[in-house]
Amino acid sequence: MLGSGILKGLGVTAKNFVGSYHDPARMVTEEYPDTPARLPEAYRNFPFLVTENATDPMGTLRCVACQICEKECPPQCIYIEKSKDKKPDATGKPQLYPAVFAIDTAVCMSCQICVEVCPFDAIKMDHVFAVAATNRFEGLLLNREQLAKPNSYFQQIRPAEAGEVDTRLAAERSAAEEKARAAAAAKAAAPKPAAPAATPAPKPAEGGATP
Amino acid sequence: MSLFPNMAVGPTVRAVHDEFHGDLLEVSMGPQHPSTHGVFRMVVTLDGEQIVKLKPVFGYLHRNHEKIAESTSYLGSMPYTDRLDYLCSMSTNWAYALAVEKLSGQAVPDRAQYLRIVMAELTRLVNHSCLVGFLFNDLGTSFTPLLYAFREREKILDLFESLSGSRMMCNYQRFGGCRVDPSPEWLAAAQALVDNFPRFLDEYETMLTGNEIMLARTQGVGRLDPAHAVNAGLTGPVLRACGVDYDLRKVDGYGFYPRFDFRVPLGAHGDTYDRYMMRILEMRESVKILQQAFRDLPAGPVMDPKAKLRGFRPKAGEAYGRLEGPKGELGFYLISDGSPNPWRYRVRPPSLINLTLLEEMCLGHTVADAVVILGSIDIVLGEVDR
Repeated sequence: MLGSGILKGLGVTAKNFVGSYHDPARMVTEEYPDTPARLPEAYRNFPFLVTENATDPMGTLRCVACQICEKECPPQCIYIEKSKDKKPDATGKPQLYPAVFAIDTAVCMSCQICVEVCPFDAIKMDHVFAVAATNRFEGLLLNREQLAKPNSYFQQIRPAEAGEVDTRLAAERSAAEEKARAAAAAKAAAPKPAAPAATPAPKPAEGGATP
Repeated sequence: MSLFPNMAVGPTVRAVHDEFHGDLLEVSMGPQHPSTHGVFRMVVTLDGEQIVKLKPVFGYLHRNHEKIAESTSYLGSMPYTDRLDYLCSMSTNWAYALAVEKLSGQAVPDRAQYLRIVMAELTRLVNHSCLVGFLFNDLGTSFTPLLYAFREREKILDLFESLSGSRMMCNYQRFGGCRVDPSPEWLAAAQALVDNFPRFLDEYETMLTGNEIMLARTQGVGRLDPAHAVNAGLTGPVLRACGVDYDLRKVDGYGFYPRFDFRVPLGAHGDTYDRYMMRILEMRESVKILQQAFRDLPAGPVMDPKAKLRGFRPKAGEAYGRLEGPKGELGFYLISDGSPNPWRYRVRPPSLINLTLLEEMCLGHTVADAVVILGSIDIVLGEVDR
């Protein structure tokens, strides 16, 4: 019968219309501004810098200004200037730190490559997405003070990833302490020949912030 | 004798002197036109209602993709490939990874091969269900089928987001595997979605396939002859709708596709209706592939341990990696001179090449049909213009 296809189709539409009032499978609209957005842990927007201590964010940045992310960033939105001096990191080893660390989030395309290439777990992707600004350079060009967020925040937004990073860093830290203690003991036992062992070898790729 | 001796027009212009044949009218549809799926422009020459000439104009979304890729590292172009066909970033990632892996001889673990097929077929579901929705939008069913398709697409995009961090710009494939390993919960959610997908398809088909208006508007519209389609290099569902059995999943057998049992649907008439049915049938085959992939997914690493993320320098040489994307043969051609960035980087975009026969499909039809024909080719301007 001519028109039966249309009627069948209208039947589907009617079923969906009625279902949109009671059937959970068809009630899919989310009242976004009224109910907060549900973000999965993997959600990524813009990068932020992880600091160890929330009270002294600039002193405890994990970033050592190695500039790998700056080189690898596809749209080249990261700008880093190395410090002239060195600051002790969480275990007291002197490290460079970024004197300037800026990300132009108007250019950033949220690809996460900086996070993947960072050997120090210093840069991670944020969950904040409501970042509209009226001025491109004041609102979207973020400097290191605006980018720094404490590790506790990282643990809050990405519990699984942060847990994994923290365990790994703690293991590396204790390994480094163990090594330093062993080196000190060796030095005390045989002061003269043990000179090379006294300086733990720097581990640029895997050492974390605390070798 | 022609009425318009100075005007180059297509062969179908009838030079008849009567009161019904006035001047030819040139209409510029687009680039800001809701029916052209983005910033695509068609310069249509009309004789009354009939199209006598159609000139596609593209390039409005040109973003210098290939040149940017030639000045970026191999890894750095991966997120840019997301932006080519922004509906199918997972397959575009894979095509690029395939080319680079061919160039560098990089091996891929079994689990990653299966995951790539899962992602590519989920992408096909996203692309085809949305395409059918958009096609019906072009036919005039304002948004209802499209929103039903978006309801399903949203579930798949949620899966992509919880896995890769982004709904559309997934940036998931890497040279030598995949970036993250899905959790068992993710796999269970994906499996549930795939199990429910045929129900959506049945509902979709009940609503659309038998619709008399759709049949009248699509059957016999935009017919393409297989020889012509092959000559023009068309690929994908548009080619298969003409009855040409050419599916790279079968022809090349890239990835682990030879391990999967699926069929390649073929059309008979090459018209808009066949192109619509091709998408529906391909989605049903994709569901089959996905179920086999979930059944056989092996344990193991998702990245080859020897794969290099940084400082990736393939030896000098060239490679062409291609796969059957949802829109057709998507290929990446790379020439390496041993430096960290490709010396030449070229994309073979299926949408652009399928678009080349638009005029042949549209001649003799009305403007309203041209809109439907364009919708049935399935273009994404990010890929056409690059």
